[in-house]
Amino acid sequence: MVDLIKRAKELLESSAVKVVIGYEQGTGNKTRALFVEKTEDADKLIFDSRCIQNLAAYVTKKEVKEKGKMAIAATLPVMRSIIQLASEFQVNDNNLLVLGITPESNLIEFANLVEVETFVHQYQIEIDARNKEMLDKLAKMTSAERWKFWVDELAPCFKCYACRAACPMCYCSRCTVDFNQPQWIPVPSTELGNLEWHIMRAMHLTGRCIDCDACYNACPLSIPINLLTKRMLVDAKEHFGNYQPSLKGDNLMSTYKPDDKENFIQ
Amino acid sequence: MNIDKRLVRKDSLEKLFDILKRNSKTIYAPFTKNGKSTFRDTESFGAISTGYIQTTESAKDIAFPRTEKLLDFSKSKEGMSVKGTDLNDIPDVILWGVRPCDASGIGELSSIFNWDYKDEIYINRLSKVTVFGFSCSKSDEYCFCTSVGGNPGNTAGSDILFTLLGEEGDYLAEIITEKGLAVVDLAQNLFEKTDISGKEKFLAELPVKFSHEDIRLKLDKFFESKEWIEQSLRCLGCGACAYVCPTCACFDIQDEAHGKKGSRVRCWDSCGFSHFTVHTSGYNPRNVQSARWRQRIMHKFSYMPERLSVYGCTGCGRCSRACPVDMNILEHLISIQEVTV
Ligand code: SF4
Ligand code: SF4
Ligand code: SF4
Ligand code: SF4
Repeated sequence: MVDLIKRAKELLESSAVKVVIGYEQGTGNKTRALFVEKTEDADKLIFDSRCIQNLAAYVTKKEVKEKGKMAIAATLPVMRSIIQLASEFQVNDNNLLVLGITPESNLIEFANLVEVETFVHQYQIEIDARNKEMLDKLAKMTSAERWKFWVDELAPCFKCYACRAACPMCYCSRCTVDFNQPQWIPVPSTELGNLEWHIMRAMHLTGRCIDCDACYNACPLSIPINLLTKRMLVDAKEHFGNYQPSLKGDNLMSTYKPDDKENFIQ
Repeated sequence: MNIDKRLVRKDSLEKLFDILKRNSKTIYAPFTKNGKSTFRDTESFGAISTGYIQTTESAKDIAFPRTEKLLDFSKSKEGMSVKGTDLNDIPDVILWGVRPCDASGIGELSSIFNWDYKDEIYINRLSKVTVFGFSCSKSDEYCFCTSVGGNPGNTAGSDILFTLLGEEGDYLAEIITEKGLAVVDLAQNLFEKTDISGKEKFLAELPVKFSHEDIRLKLDKFFESKEWIEQSLRCLGCGACAYVCPTCACFDIQDEAHGKKGSRVRCWDSCGFSHFTVHTSGYNPRNVQSARWRQRIMHKFSYMPERLSVYGCTGCGRCSRACPVDMNILEHLISIQEVTV
């Protein structure tokens, strides 16, 4: 991507940013994250349809943040993640510049996160057809069938937490599963331990997950855990209205409204 | 024991499976779900995956399960009572379809579990396992067994090693151990006498890509290198690489209690996790990912050879295939070899 390379060089040369986060050609047919700190390395930047890792996972990472102001090559899911992270006070205009990549693969630069938010809000989060079909199939199952589906699907999970590590929204320095005094979630990868882990994760991501599929793509065992967060997305929409990450930070699950339709909360 | 060579007809494998089942053997074989393969208790020959270069997960689960109960405890007025694992409960298992880089990993794992402390549960589990290795006729860009002392037809770790003699051919069976011989005794007529000797031309060709000896020597002076930081910046610090690795042996011990009763359980752990080395005081000696990535490589290519006289990597390439961010160990080892200190 010529524009991106050019812009990255300018930003580094003028010291506007210290590091540009983008993609490079990896081994085999893989692409991977690249952290450009020297202008000459900017030539390695690429962008194509294989570049699907959610790079927003790096902007909360200590080792990357420490470098100073970051610029990030951001596709739509990455931009959504950044708005969500900004609403949670993880990034701001002082430490992050967004080099947007439009769905048509054009470079678009934003002066600030408000502009990113405006851009992002033009697009709805849409669950793709294949996953929609799966969700419908699951919804039509009896609860016993659905239980069996999830027990079977989650059985291989060995709790490597690659899903958590790849998710931009899973930035807690100490995750619930890492506590053992007291312990919240059973640590072993057993039926119960795996179910509790994934239910907990889906709950914590409700209203925050922007449906990028990074968790699923990262799973070395290709467990369709993204179906859980997608289901929560659908349910959240149904109960609380259309969901978009926003700088106002009115997160679905942590916002109280006096006119809440559930009266138990009043 | 001298390695005895026999011929097993292509269609005899299924018969062998059935005979073993009739002899009440538990068979763990590669099973594929969502396109990823792992070793599972298998009831039918047809369910076994074939054609894989390497299974997604290693077979180490069989002797070092992801979750192992060490003891049960219960508290009462009289005090605490503790009951250890009954080692007699461990079943006899045939591990079917193991690639040589996985089978040889058993030796490396064993050297860890037999180091100063002899791990009884591991040792007992392994003593009940008979390994059916299957040589590799194909490899991919992640494989590098030949760079770490192995090869696609390596017999180390297998009790019987099967080598496919050409696409549609029969198998050469090398009977390597007494355990292997005991299986042959159950199905004598399927293991025919043969004068075939060379299997090399049927094996995958895999050029040596680096020297593990050179890496070991290099690492002696590499601890402070900037290379660790550069290599690991994109590493997410998950456990995928360690959990699919045949030789990674780290674990964590947890108490799972419900009321006054519970169990003490050993669970896999990974040096890639940020909390892996956190002290009770809160101090973390490996507080950045580069220190954790360095540990992974140093442990396998420096500390293990030094203390256990084995390398902690069999070149199976699983970690590279499983890594969500393309941390390719082969690529990184080659750069360690090439970079000037
Ligand atoms: S990445 Fe997959 S195997 Fe690892 S914890 Fe997540 S669901 Fe489990
Ligand atoms: S789709 Fe997965 S990785 Fe992406 S935000 Fe949601 S939970 Fe996180
Ligand atoms: S370190 Fe990687 S290549 Fe080496 S044995 Fe482990 S999984 Fe295989
Ligand atoms: S190298 Fe890859 S698999 Fe290993 S901890 Fe880092 S991101 Fe996870």
